[in-house]
Amino acid sequence: MISPSRTGASPPLLRLLAVLASIVLAGPALYLVIRNFTADADPVNLLISDRTLGPLRRTLILAVLVSSSTAALGTGLAWLTTRTDLPGRRIWRVLLVLPLVYPTFLGAAALVRTLNPGGLVNDALANIGIDRTPTLQGLWGAWLVLTLLTYPYVFLPVAARFSQLPGSIEQSARLLGDSSWRVFQRIVLPQAFGSIAAGTLLVFLYTISDFGAVAILRYDTLTRSIETNQLNRPVALALSLILLLLAGAVVLAERYAQRRRQTTTTSVRADRAVMVPLGRLRPLALFTTGLATLLGLVAPLAAVLEWSIRGLTGGREVRLDTGQVAALTWNTVWVSTVAAVLTVLLVLPIALLYGRYRSRVGAFGNAVAISTFALPGILVALAGTFFINQSDWTFATFHNTLGILLFAYMIRFAALAMGTTLLAVKAVPDRLRDAAETLGVSGVKRFVSIDAPLMMPGLLAAGGLVLLSTMKELPISLLLSPFEFETLATRIFGTFSEAFVTEAGLMALTLVLFSFLATWILVIRPSES
Amino acid sequence: MTRVRLRRFIRFAALATTVALTASACGSGTSASNATENTLVGAAADIFSGECAASTDTEITIYSGRDQELVGPVLDAFECSSGISVVTNFGDPTDLALTLVEEGDRTPADVFLSKSPGSVGFLQNEGFLQTLDDDLLGLVSDENTAANGTWVGITGRQRVLVYNTELVSEGDLPDSVFDLTDERFRGQVAIPATNGSFQDWFTVFRSQEGDDVAAQWLADMVANDAIVTESNRPTVDAVGRGEYQFGLVNHYYNFQQAEALGDDHQALNHNFAADDIGSLVIVTAAGITSSSDNVDEAQQLVEFMLSEPAQTYFTTDSLEFPLGSGVAPAEVLPSLDDSGSDFDVAFDDLGNGLEETIAIIEDSGIFG
Repeated sequence: MISPSRTGASPPLLRLLAVLASIVLAGPALYLVIRNFTADADPVNLLISDRTLGPLRRTLILAVLVSSSTAALGTGLAWLTTRTDLPGRRIWRVLLVLPLVYPTFLGAAALVRTLNPGGLVNDALANIGIDRTPTLQGLWGAWLVLTLLTYPYVFLPVAARFSQLPGSIEQSARLLGDSSWRVFQRIVLPQAFGSIAAGTLLVFLYTISDFGAVAILRYDTLTRSIETNQLNRPVALALSLILLLLAGAVVLAERYAQRRRQTTTTSVRADRAVMVPLGRLRPLALFTTGLATLLGLVAPLAAVLEWSIRGLTGGREVRLDTGQVAALTWNTVWVSTVAAVLTVLLVLPIALLYGRYRSRVGAFGNAVAISTFALPGILVALAGTFFINQSDWTFATFHNTLGILLFAYMIRFAALAMGTTLLAVKAVPDRLRDAAETLGVSGVKRFVSIDAPLMMPGLLAAGGLVLLSTMKELPISLLLSPFEFETLATRIFGTFSEAFVTEAGLMALTLVLFSFLATWILVIRPSES
Repeated sequence: MTRVRLRRFIRFAALATTVALTASACGSGTSASNATENTLVGAAADIFSGECAASTDTEITIYSGRDQELVGPVLDAFECSSGISVVTNFGDPTDLALTLVEEGDRTPADVFLSKSPGSVGFLQNEGFLQTLDDDLLGLVSDENTAANGTWVGITGRQRVLVYNTELVSEGDLPDSVFDLTDERFRGQVAIPATNGSFQDWFTVFRSQEGDDVAAQWLADMVANDAIVTESNRPTVDAVGRGEYQFGLVNHYYNFQQAEALGDDHQALNHNFAADDIGSLVIVTAAGITSSSDNVDEAQQLVEFMLSEPAQTYFTTDSLEFPLGSGVAPAEVLPSLDDSGSDFDVAFDDLGNGLEETIAIIEDSGIFG
């Protein structure tokens, strides 16, 4: 079952593609280093100052807490919805992905609006005599909100992995008398470890890069310092570099841990997955799944609905018509779909090179792609502008085009596609490829007929993550879109920040609806066929 | 099974490509729709109701840190009345300013619009704004322009104390922002310290009252357990729910929130005394870039924004204080004579003063 990865020479074309992709992905990091020099920034002295150490410490505490809780929640929910007889698991599998679609500034504001004093839940509780509820704020508030909004980064790849594992070993273990829990602990969990670690790493990096949630929950992290100093360039640039170095260190640490663990690589399943009957635990399992959906999806949705309905029934004219929303939705859907396909294609050569040939180029590209995820999106946008501004020709060709926008999306979200794509690559057993090679099937044909179909569920999950994230992406969409090319997210930002909450609410509802459809089509249906 | 998947993927990829191609083909031809109509509709028609002028060949580009809901109708009215086409890049004013600096002289931007003076001050410092014509600067009073003439105020947003009407009785409202350090306000006042408009206000505060006084006030607020928030809108939202009682914000947000949410939002604006620094009016500003090739047209646009119909629109529709053409503030707004801005405001300090302001705010310990 365990097949050693190849160490032989990789195809030159693959190497070339991976090198090009790595260069593109290294853009933002390179920009940051260059600008730290040109702006006379002083990251070393800033790092050891009290103004930085406090926020840095809080950033780390928050990131560790959110990573731990999302790892547990995401894995647990993935197992419940793929490997048990949980009622309605197909619909849960879609619903549980959806908290990902809220831009965090909106999701956090909506959760606060619903759950905090004076909000919908408090009013309801006050009616039945409960008038003391905890206020979401500070560390615990930021922890809860980020856990609820980011656990899908773990849930999605782990669910994809769980539904692919072969049932044979589990069946043997059960026959030998192991309990369900022991089977999960000793057999299922270790095989999904790579997916769990990759998803958790994304959560960690997202948490250290997020400003939307920590700002509204009033927890002071490094991104708050960066945001406060936006127009104080040397400080903002130096702090961003510190953030990138932190991310790089964490990515390398994760890789070291994975290597020591000697991840079990498994072939894809040829038989049905083992379904564990929940029995008496069924109500508890339903309660947990329901609670996660209630807090992560329904609670923000309640505030979004309140904003929409209040405004529609109130006296004020709503400054939005169906035609506008349709146009925005169309832009959002197609640009995100193209970005998702391109991002998977960008990371595929790196994943093949790294996963199959253990190549250094692959290892480098992989680390760069993932670390970049910790950089605030504004830096990716500014880096894009910086590089195309190097000559008249590049500026004239790329400025204000969809091309530069798509490039920036690819760089921003390559990390999301990387982990899952890598696992998809490793899911292809070498013996199958060897057999095909022996039969004289050419490289390209081999890829199309053997690799591609086996990798497909993983690639779709990777694309799905990128798609949902692009649909809600902000700074890049605002800054690099061709002028007057607007998406739902950019209009939600514009209206919401000027307190047109009704308009923002209506567009957020549309965003949730279309994300639901996209999740259904891309992630759920293929994996169940 | 795998074959089905592959086919499905190919179909999906083909569909995605078709979608992309169709969309980019359509995308190029959509912006001209307004030019073919002869008159305007909606809010823009209140600003310019005549027949649209024949289209000229000139096009100007605006980087607008103010949202489309607020300035869109004015820009449409300008296009119609002048025949000059306007291309707009909307976004966060800080992000747009940083982008413009990164674009350097190649930037297509002719005009920069900002929510508050901080980002125009930054552009001025970096040398990206040109000195405006005296006639243009003369359209608003001196304190609402940059002393070196690189930007001009368009509308005003006044600093106010938003308070929860269930938890606070009117008689308990303070006359001065300095009163907020009293014990009775402990743990109840929110300060959006990360936000540009608060930072701009604090910079003027420093230049008016001196660094010592300003820093002491902030330290006292921190000692009084002031709550630090990120920006105006969530602060107003929390006060309206009663999560805490007060917030130091711009007047604008409470009006919008109340319009959208009705009686579910229980908060009102309170003005400090007219001569209190807490009543300062912060301007939204416009500047013309140094690299602009269309200076005449850009000037026409800024003049248009200060014209009587545009200023009337800004105050009736977006409830901001008009700064030009002698237009009176909308009825729901306090008249500025009662409520302030008797300051010899040095908005010029904003660009240079920002770094020091941020340093004082960070050192105050407000972020914990």
